[in-house]
Amino acid sequence: MKNEVERPVDRHVVALHVNGERTELLLPVHKTLLEVLREDMQLTGTKHGCELGECGTCTVLVDGRPELSCLLLPIQIEGRAITTVEGLASGSELHPLQQAFAELGAAQCGYCTPGILLASKSLLDANQRPSRDEIREALAGNLCRCTGYMKILDAVQLAAGRMTNSLPHRGEG
Amino acid sequence: MSFSVIGKPLPKVDAVSRVTGQAIYADDMLPPRTLHCRILRSPHPHARILSIDTSAARRIPGVVAVITGADLPIKFGILPVTQDERALEHEKVRYVGDPIAAVAATDEEIAAAACDAIAVEYEVLDPVMSIDAALASPKDERIQDYGGPNNIHKLVALEFGDVDAGFARADHVREDVFFFQGNTHLPMEQHSAVATYVDGKVTLWSSTQVVHYVHRALAKVLELPMNRIRVIGAAHGGGFGGKTDPFAHEIVVAKLAMMTGRPVKCTLTREEVFYAHRGRHPVLMWVRTGVTKEGRITAMHFKTALDGGAYGSYGVASTFYTGALQTVTYDIPAYRFEGCRVFTNKPPCGPKRGHGTPQPRFAIELHLEKIAHDLALDPVDMKRSNFVKPMTRTVNWLRVTSCGLEECTARVMDASGFRARNRRPGHGMGFAISSYLSGAGTAIYWNDMPHSEVQIKVDRGGVTAYCGAMDIGQGSDSVLAAVVAEELGLQPKDIRLVTADTDSTPIDLGSYSSRVTFMAGNAALEAARKMRALLVEAVEAGGRRFEEVTFEEACVLAEARFGTLTSAGSYTPPKIAGPYKGSGVGPSPAYSYSACVVDLDADPRTGLLHINKVWIAHDVGRAINPLLVEGQVEGSVYMGLGEALMEEQTFRKGLHKWPSMLEYKSPTFLDMPDVETFIVETNDPEGPYGAKEAGQGPLLPVIPAVSAAVFDALGVWIDEVPVTPEKIVEALRRRGKGEPARYGPPGFPDIPYPPCIKVAPPPREVDLAAPAAI
Amino acid sequence: MLRLPRFKYLRPKTAREAARMASDLGPHAMFVAGGTDLLPKLKRRQFEVDALIGLDFLSRAIHRGQDETVVDAGVTLAAASADAGLRAGYRGYAEAAGLVSSPPLRNAGTIGGNLCVDTRCNYYDMTYEWRKAAGFCIKKDGDICLVAPSSPRCWAVSSSDTAPMAIALGALVTLAGPKDERELPVAALYRDDGIDYLAKQPAEVVTSLRLPAADGTRTAYVKLRRRGSIDFPIAGAAVAMRLDGSTVTSCRIVLSAVASHPLEAAEASEFMIGKQVDEESVRAAAEIAAKPAKPLDNADLSHFWRKRMVRVVVEQALQRAIDQ
Repeated sequence: MKNEVERPVDRHVVALHVNGERTELLLPVHKTLLEVLREDMQLTGTKHGCELGECGTCTVLVDGRPELSCLLLPIQIEGRAITTVEGLASGSELHPLQQAFAELGAAQCGYCTPGILLASKSLLDANQRPSRDEIREALAGNLCRCTGYMKILDAVQLAAGRMTNSLPHRGEG
Repeated sequence: MSFSVIGKPLPKVDAVSRVTGQAIYADDMLPPRTLHCRILRSPHPHARILSIDTSAARRIPGVVAVITGADLPIKFGILPVTQDERALEHEKVRYVGDPIAAVAATDEEIAAAACDAIAVEYEVLDPVMSIDAALASPKDERIQDYGGPNNIHKLVALEFGDVDAGFARADHVREDVFFFQGNTHLPMEQHSAVATYVDGKVTLWSSTQVVHYVHRALAKVLELPMNRIRVIGAAHGGGFGGKTDPFAHEIVVAKLAMMTGRPVKCTLTREEVFYAHRGRHPVLMWVRTGVTKEGRITAMHFKTALDGGAYGSYGVASTFYTGALQTVTYDIPAYRFEGCRVFTNKPPCGPKRGHGTPQPRFAIELHLEKIAHDLALDPVDMKRSNFVKPMTRTVNWLRVTSCGLEECTARVMDASGFRARNRRPGHGMGFAISSYLSGAGTAIYWNDMPHSEVQIKVDRGGVTAYCGAMDIGQGSDSVLAAVVAEELGLQPKDIRLVTADTDSTPIDLGSYSSRVTFMAGNAALEAARKMRALLVEAVEAGGRRFEEVTFEEACVLAEARFGTLTSAGSYTPPKIAGPYKGSGVGPSPAYSYSACVVDLDADPRTGLLHINKVWIAHDVGRAINPLLVEGQVEGSVYMGLGEALMEEQTFRKGLHKWPSMLEYKSPTFLDMPDVETFIVETNDPEGPYGAKEAGQGPLLPVIPAVSAAVFDALGVWIDEVPVTPEKIVEALRRRGKGEPARYGPPGFPDIPYPPCIKVAPPPREVDLAAPAAI
Repeated sequence: MLRLPRFKYLRPKTAREAARMASDLGPHAMFVAGGTDLLPKLKRRQFEVDALIGLDFLSRAIHRGQDETVVDAGVTLAAASADAGLRAGYRGYAEAAGLVSSPPLRNAGTIGGNLCVDTRCNYYDMTYEWRKAAGFCIKKDGDICLVAPSSPRCWAVSSSDTAPMAIALGALVTLAGPKDERELPVAALYRDDGIDYLAKQPAEVVTSLRLPAADGTRTAYVKLRRRGSIDFPIAGAAVAMRLDGSTVTSCRIVLSAVASHPLEAAEASEFMIGKQVDEESVRAAAEIAAKPAKPLDNADLSHFWRKRMVRVVVEQALQRAIDQ
């Protein structure tokens, strides 16, 4: 380990598409997408709990599907569309999932929240009215230590209802 | 009473910042020129350090500073009585993970490589890895140089009332032994701290629950006055008691910032979080209780042995806690408690949600179940016949005020259909109750000052409330905003908050022992009422009523009349501790109460459990925000289930067996059953609007309820936590062989407890607000 | 944060090119596809690499033929588990793919990668600092097996969920080498050794998996793990069987996570042939299948209990296959 920093760093220019914006960065190839988002792009909304793919905290969307950013190399996903939590809202209008999470207390400390929001978004994009069990399955790779999961399930169902317009968009409902 | 804010299920005031990823946690911060710090930690569980050579590390390009224990020799510790830690150890290391040296470098990769280049020579010592080994004479040397004999840290022995007489008059006496394995908090956010040093002043942003205690520790170790140090609580990603000690990395980054003049950041890896620990003590428990043939308790003798890990941390308090709250749910007329904490070469244990009380709660709930079975009594009814009554004092002088045990029990009994269920093979239901403090009645360093202070300023119609309280995700900011808003006739989103900043916010001792709603809430209530009084006076001086004018108008009138509008409030818990040494742990201005039923299916062939549902009723006094209270209850149940079924901090060959989120098991979405929550409101006389705690109490009954449900399902007792399939299978095997149908510790060791300090129970007419004559 | 070591990243465009690179560069170059097995291990310094050879060129197609189905190695585990054709014809295989780890990991992890997943042990799958403190083990940097110190070999555990199912199905895997390609039964891909667990040449690339004609074969995979997600198997049983009425005409039972390789329960499989599918034969077969399983104390939960559970998962897998 101690001699590692004597080795040369292999750098490549990588074009990353994040939240609809294209950025070219000169990156050490061994930096994970998690590190690049947080440290090179100042997108600190993506959090990390273990860096080993064991907790789901670092979940981002790649072409709309949840993946673990701590195990992704930017060079492997050039050209793919990456979505982070910063890309969920439209301008200053919250995504219905964000709105529902805020209303129902589905975020306590909020640290697992970005990853869970994105995994939930991906679920709702594919399945508009998931059952509670389907939500559990989709979020089974995301750990939360605060909520006990219950209000997260409630919030995803509430958002799903609103997004399919079977419920009013916000407020009472 | 009708409120406009209190009692409403409102979103947290900071909810949007959490759901947009905008909340700034410590590791999100990156001031210009930040240096990254990594810590070198001991690879040995027990060793003397013979030499440390940092020369190779210093030569690595990008390394800016390297420090060792010689740079930070002053000891610290959360409890005044156990200041036994150093930020970096240079004489002796006491667990795998004990910090030895730290490197600040231009990036984290370099800092990590440099740590590996530091050469340390050790004289390896025999490690002590169990309670039994700690009680025995050490082969090489003791772990710490205080406490004793051998590796005993602390011994406690207290007796309240005439215990022998109580046993003598009992119709039935039973004794049991239980074990509760250690586990850890596993917050999603790893500990992180950033320090700067500018103009002779250290500023530290940290993921901590206790900015004030960190502040004190920094002052002590860095030898700076408190006013040259500022500690700010960054947005917090989960603590549960794991971030209530001052930590090595916090002190180290401050020191490195002072040395280099640059910001320094240290974020622990997940493995390091397991070493920081301060989690639930493994506790071995022996309990003996005498009862009448109707099942009324006549006497109880409770012995505990805590495996404390390598340092004191909160351990002295934890030791007392394993004996203190038995009496707060059941009327125990005579009570003897003997407690012992030992040092072992493991990461130090401290407070985890429930702090020393879940373990004895597990024991006492199952012990009473077994007694009920001995006497062919219904366990629920037997427990109920012993319930403590509201507005009483316990035999160990604890003051019970509001108590919703009866109602909580009734709610879960009804909702679960506990009595009337159809039994199918392998199906079981278990019931348990418990209680928890709404804030420790005594501060960690004893003083007569308030435990929580709030200041409010109002200018040009805007309100700001200042309080040292740290929102750790539980919503304390929202509680403060709700209280101030209610009193001033506003909404929470109208209240600006400045919290957890030692420069600008008045003291709050921290987010631990479930004190914040109760204490900061009361302080905020006082401050808000005083501010309201100023506004009312100014309005009435003009011949109008407060209700007739807008808030802005009232403010203009008041600011014109009085000048700067500020108010202050504080809360100091009543001095209600009993007149004996050790009475500081246990008293609380109010106790919450919880009752729980767990419904599960158990497969006798495999021992696998499927938890179907949990019903939980929690007496919170009053739910200031029922949405947040439910969240705390559900989260507590989740964590209780995790501990009951799968969480364990175990060691093998001197090392933590599995310091990773993969191998240390915590329940996923697929492992969590549905929970039905009942909020019970008993309107505590002392809580703000009657409110008590919600963040810890609901965890406690879940764990014994699981084991009770296993007994109900399969007829075997698992007297040990976690309740794992292998233990169930083994207990069934033993029953099949005609041995006791039980899995649990075989016995309790001989511990040299001192003679009991005998304390007379409180007289019947003790004034509830009488000062303690200590 | 735990970070990766430095490495070069090479981008061959074909499997042949990738194999040649690997052959030229030797043991300090490793293939990376989804990276979900390799990257955590690199962060823990369980491998020392100079270069990673990207397998991003691997096809992600599933080719449904007249009889057989070819699953290209780049197909993600998520895609495999969701594929209608695989779910219909090779349900146990789709199930196994869907039980690996957790949803986000399955969106990146590939079926080729899961066939090659490293053997595991809780003395080995730890960080560099932890292993240094524990003493390095025979699989990486040390001289003895820490779970069985008197044994001369490594006992790390085969942890693939899809490999046992592929073997039970009689699937074949295509390997592309520096000079040519070959195909071999998946069963021949593994060795009973915790270190040298793959029988392929280090430079060979797995390019596809060929599932033979479904032909009404009933398949099931049962995975035992502590939690409902994330965890590796601590015991598992893959069953592929054919029935004629209620008589078993062919049966293959393969166990996961009880040995250093997917363990074929040949005697139990043999036993089932010609039997009636009833509770008694299922129990007896499971009993026989569990015999050669020797879990050690290097995974979650006690190895005694895991040994007991082997017969349970075999029974469940047999029953699920029968009930299909």
